[in-house]
Amino acid sequence: MTARIVMLHGAVILALFLLQFVASDYAVLTITRIMVLAIYALGYNILFGYAGLLSLGHAMFFATGLYAAALGVTRLGMAVPEAFLFALACGVIVSFVIGLIALRANGVAFMIVTLMFSQAAFLTVLYFGDITRGDEGIVIKDSERAFSAFGTAVNLADPVLRYNIALAFLAVAIALCLVVVRSKIGHVLVAIRENENRTAMLGYDVKLYKLIAFVLSGAFAAFSGAVYALLFAYAGATLASIQYSINPLLWTLLGGAATVLGPVLGTALMFLLVDFASGFTSASLLFVGMVLILLVLFFPKGILGTLRQRWWRWLP
Amino acid sequence: MSKSKLIVPEKKRISRRSALKLAGAGAASLFAGPGFVRYAQAQSSEPIRIGFQVHKTGIGAAYGKWYGQTTDAAVKLINEAGGITGRQVEIIAEDDATDPGRGAEVVEKFATQHKCDVAFGTLFSHVVMGSAPRAGELKLPYYVVSEGHHVASGKLNRYTFQPGITDVRSQVISMAPWIAKNLGKKVAIIFPDFAFGYDHRDYFSAAIKAQGGEVNALIPIPPTETTFSRYFAQIPADTEVIYHVMVGPAVLTFVKELGEFYGGNHPPLFGFIDSLEAVSLKSPGLEFLEGSYFWEAYPRYAGAKPTEFDTFYRGKVGVDQYGASVADANDVSTYSHMFGCWETLYIIKQAMEAAGYKGPDDRAKMIEATEAITTIPEGNEHPQGDKIFNGKIHQVFGHQNITQVKGGVGELVYRTTIEEGMYEPEADYTTMAL
Repeated sequence: MTARIVMLHGAVILALFLLQFVASDYAVLTITRIMVLAIYALGYNILFGYAGLLSLGHAMFFATGLYAAALGVTRLGMAVPEAFLFALACGVIVSFVIGLIALRANGVAFMIVTLMFSQAAFLTVLYFGDITRGDEGIVIKDSERAFSAFGTAVNLADPVLRYNIALAFLAVAIALCLVVVRSKIGHVLVAIRENENRTAMLGYDVKLYKLIAFVLSGAFAAFSGAVYALLFAYAGATLASIQYSINPLLWTLLGGAATVLGPVLGTALMFLLVDFASGFTSASLLFVGMVLILLVLFFPKGILGTLRQRWWRWLP
Repeated sequence: MSKSKLIVPEKKRISRRSALKLAGAGAASLFAGPGFVRYAQAQSSEPIRIGFQVHKTGIGAAYGKWYGQTTDAAVKLINEAGGITGRQVEIIAEDDATDPGRGAEVVEKFATQHKCDVAFGTLFSHVVMGSAPRAGELKLPYYVVSEGHHVASGKLNRYTFQPGITDVRSQVISMAPWIAKNLGKKVAIIFPDFAFGYDHRDYFSAAIKAQGGEVNALIPIPPTETTFSRYFAQIPADTEVIYHVMVGPAVLTFVKELGEFYGGNHPPLFGFIDSLEAVSLKSPGLEFLEGSYFWEAYPRYAGAKPTEFDTFYRGKVGVDQYGASVADANDVSTYSHMFGCWETLYIIKQAMEAAGYKGPDDRAKMIEATEAITTIPEGNEHPQGDKIFNGKIHQVFGHQNITQVKGGVGELVYRTTIEEGMYEPEADYTTMAL
């Protein structure tokens, strides 16, 4: 890994760290949320950007983590760190099982299968409403989120602490993505995306690599869901709906698929765009739609994807 | 976090460190928005800012439109009368898209960007549930107009109140005795398959049992459903009363298909007006509802002898005697819910004035002042009727109404006492830290 790549990604994380000292209160809260959701997008990008598999059902993995964490602390009596690990484990297991089935399909069929699984997961959340509280959702009380780390009481209601926890998780997620995409696994995934048959003929176990990408992607999504639930004290069925399957796709396309920082940038821009537009129109999604059309016309590979194509060839 | 973190250069010669800070401040100002500097001014000359979390889009949009119109009318009236503690009221409306995730973001925006003194207005339960934790953490008084039992259940926090509209549990238990006495004791319940519906299912089932009745069928309908006839086939033949409640964009289809299924030969119908909020009872296909009964928090049809307060309220909001807009008779209001915005704004006024509210530092006093409210008299401020507020569970109790459809309008047949809808408190928010 070149020093230039390490410095760029390190600089982004450092900038996010420094931003909290100058940002307004609202910006701190907003960036916290963006960083949590960016972890979701980073995972989605492994599957979509690098492996070329377009899933329309990632909300089920996000919801897996969301509910595993929420139910872990509210019903199973877990401490917050245990709930994070529990959610991650659930995410790995669910994505592994779904991956074994969904990856038997390709192209449009894969999209439909993932969409159907996700809708089934959404309806399952509603069906078991007595446990999940369905549409209304679960509120996690402060006392259920309180825990101690290294002898110090941790209060997740503290916005600055929450910002730094989200930043730490995002930094780890970016580092993991970098390691994965620059490793043999990452190169094989790109090869599969470009020409699956040729990759198989070269002796690579294509199914295994696709499953690895699927599970990694699902684990990122589940972890993001867990962080969302525990930092913002809420889990609800809306967060398992199809909207939350489409969001990471849009974030990734906007920032640049198959670039590590693209999903982070895309999440931030889309989030801020919706927030800005909703301030003056109730048709904020129309505004967002117009921006996406412009993006497709002028930045077909997303912002960072286009920058890499034209100038920064070294961008991972 | 304080506003003083916006850093400006002190020297003409800019060092690398100050340049970094400036760049960060520049980026931050993008997030802070154009109003940031103005909000940093002294509070005393500023208006009272009330963040209005409104369902402009999403499945709650029909309610959001009328919540907005009612809120505007009440605020105009409050400002004409001198505002709150001598300060004008400014409503800052943000669309929550009837989505709990966006709702939480909107609450954060009210507290930290718009610098609102309080937030209010939310209807749909899941938005309240998603937003309330954020309001509690940010110590932003959050007055919801939701009907859900979530506030009274003790699930939320000390900063969340429901002082302007009664909750589902209260509504349901006050209906059961009348239904058992007048319509029948064997009841089939059709309800939306999410938390709002579960409150109906659970509390009505218990309440009708207490009257010696029974629920012979529970028929949940998923919120995503668009056709309903197959659910009606599940209603047992020996059903004496069909109890129905539905919400969302498909309510008209639901009721029409109920009529198509039974024609004119159906068991007595008792519905919650939620099934037909913003829908005219005279809509084609709803003729079969003639003679059926509805719960209404506040009857949309004024009747022959409306109270002077109701007449005043209708006039100010712009609603005619049938509950439709005076500008467009086809634009039917959400009359049984939107009054909650009006009354909640007057509770906010009352609490702020009792607390001597000057700014966000007085929010704790405002919380305590709200909790100290007990009786609420009927009047122009509370046109739906007098009420009793329970400060421990942050929930108001009031009269409920049963109307019968006659000639396409709901005529009042019974108005409960407040006590009929009261129950033992399940929680005590006043023991929580401020």
